[in-house]
Amino acid sequence: MAELPDRQESLELLGRMCLIRRFEEEAGRQYQRAKAGGFLHLAIGEEATIVGTTSVMREDDYLIGTYRTHGHALARGTPANEVMAELFGRQTGTSGGRGGSMHIFDAGRRFMGGYGIVGGNLPLAAGLALASQYRDEDTVTVCMFGDGASNTGNFGETMNLAALWKLPVLFLVENNLYGMGTSLERHSAVTDLSHKAAGYGIEGERIDGMNVLEVRERVGEHLETVRSEGRPSLVEAFTYRYRGHSAADPEVYREKSEVEEWREKDPIENFIRLCCDQGVLSDDDVEAARREADETVEAAVKFADESPEPALESLYEELYVVSETMGWYAVDERSPEPHRGELGEDAPELARDLAESGAAHADGEDPEQQSRPGVRD
Amino acid sequence: MAELRMREALRDAMAEEMRRDESVFVMGEDVGVFQGAFKVTEGLLDEFGEKRIRDTPISENTIVGVGVGAAMAGLRPVVELMTVNFSLLALDQIVNHAAAIPYMFNGNVRVPMVIRMPGGGGHQLGPTHSHSFEALYLQVPGLLVACPSTPADAKALLKASIRDENPVIFIEHESLYGIKGEVPEGEDEILRFGEAAIRREGSDVTIVGILKMAHVAERAAAELEEEHGISAEVIDPRTLRPLDLDTILASVKKTNRAVIVEEGWPHGGVGANLSTLITEQAFDYLDAPVQRVTGADVHMPYSRRMEQAAIPHEENVIEAVLATTEGAFPPAGGNSGEGDS
Repeated sequence: MAELPDRQESLELLGRMCLIRRFEEEAGRQYQRAKAGGFLHLAIGEEATIVGTTSVMREDDYLIGTYRTHGHALARGTPANEVMAELFGRQTGTSGGRGGSMHIFDAGRRFMGGYGIVGGNLPLAAGLALASQYRDEDTVTVCMFGDGASNTGNFGETMNLAALWKLPVLFLVENNLYGMGTSLERHSAVTDLSHKAAGYGIEGERIDGMNVLEVRERVGEHLETVRSEGRPSLVEAFTYRYRGHSAADPEVYREKSEVEEWREKDPIENFIRLCCDQGVLSDDDVEAARREADETVEAAVKFADESPEPALESLYEELYVVSETMGWYAVDERSPEPHRGELGEDAPELARDLAESGAAHADGEDPEQQSRPGVRD
Repeated sequence: MAELRMREALRDAMAEEMRRDESVFVMGEDVGVFQGAFKVTEGLLDEFGEKRIRDTPISENTIVGVGVGAAMAGLRPVVELMTVNFSLLALDQIVNHAAAIPYMFNGNVRVPMVIRMPGGGGHQLGPTHSHSFEALYLQVPGLLVACPSTPADAKALLKASIRDENPVIFIEHESLYGIKGEVPEGEDEILRFGEAAIRREGSDVTIVGILKMAHVAERAAAELEEEHGISAEVIDPRTLRPLDLDTILASVKKTNRAVIVEEGWPHGGVGANLSTLITEQAFDYLDAPVQRVTGADVHMPYSRRMEQAAIPHEENVIEAVLATTEGAFPPAGGNSGEGDS
């Protein structure tokens, strides 16, 4: 059993986990109120895997994740305000309201994004790591992905390339036992995912992803191996999401008793018990951590709610960088006006009209806000 | 000026940019030891070494994805996909990642990379190795699409692509690698995106042709002049996104007729898009319906005779031009449009 860190570090771990838990609960609530749209994938139950990992990463290490990454950004230090604002689709969100829940991003904290395509982030991780290697930097890229992604072609291709080129990547499988609604033993021929990359020359280790101390210790050791030996490694963290795959998941594929069983292993409650038993933290500390999380999340909702919607005129901005080599682009070639010389900000009338009609729909009664998209995502 | 083959011009572009900028590197299948499936990267491994000329496993989606990740971290990858056919395996990384990332993350990160890919038919390679996918990539917002037809343009456009901050799909034509042309010397000879070339001036009809079809269009124009007394203006757009529509529209307004020549499929093709744009914006100037000359709407057959029938030639262009000048439709045929399908 890994040892408890000092009081300061323990408070930090507790604070981050409480923040993620509270944030996700509130995100779910705001989704029910239709403040957040699209799909919403919550990480309640997976806090120890996230926080344990980020707590042993260096500031200049890269982190890249999936479509379930509100918590990863929070753990990296992205303000809750900005993450919540992104869920609300506001201009102040991490992606200015263009990405949404599945595409949180914070380059400043080297959180290189959440990605909506299962397995799509694996090659990107190898690319980030290649950049570090290319520049002789000793930064490591941590690539987190789900058990389902281990079945994609990207998994095999990326493991092979990363091992072949000795790229400094730590692949971390967040094995929450389900690829959406399909259980591990029904979607993967090899269910011990720690061995799944062995054929590509990458050894792995299975750890208890519900225990933040074990995650810290084991991931920390793997990180240093990757950093010092310059080769990829793999960790499979057993974890569990209490909520459905997304908010639109009726959860017909698992028993309530299974969820209850995992709740017994709750990463936050167990960590609190341990800290209090060993006298590292007091009940007051715990209370304070929870209160702070409550306040932070409450403020985030207020911030998001009060933040402006993205400006319609910005619809075409950030699509291209207009530079010396690409001096112009047609915002919309259907425009009858001359095309050359157009920039995002001088969108022609036609493009403006399109944006205006979009606004009319967004502001009006939208029946789709009432009936949520289907389970399939 | 130096006379270079297309493949040499492309190689020189990469070499010059690599000498200029340490962050530029090349990766792809067989680009190093083998020196490129079409010998475009010949000699680069010797000069730049394995760190910057990287042979990859056959893993198209991951090669492109690694390029995207490296570009996000500030490098400037030039990814070679052995052919456009194999780029289908990398579509997720090209569309969902390279093209989408800058926009979906609100410009907080850029993807300055080039994805080179040769395509086109004519070598009896059959259905899976003869594709023309200009239209496919043209459709994706966030991508730039280059399709040079001369060695000079190829070099200047590739240099611009490497320096550009946006992801670039750089389409080459396998049949053009060997053609020779005058290439201006000078490190900073670049060609900006969105500037079409008027290959031949004319007054009766505008012919727009891309890649190999730019050459077919030019030869057809010469024959039209000689045999039919028709003065055709030939335009090579050189880049499809952005597209120099202004130059094309100005020409059509002068000639009042337009014929578009491409090797790709007719449905939703480059010609379909361009003819719509011309119709929308220069309808009042048109004396005849815009004509498209395209590849046949089939998977490329192996048989030499059938393959040649499925690829546009000068006579198809001439037929289409005559149709615009006579106000009649061209006879139905394998490669003059979508037919009744």
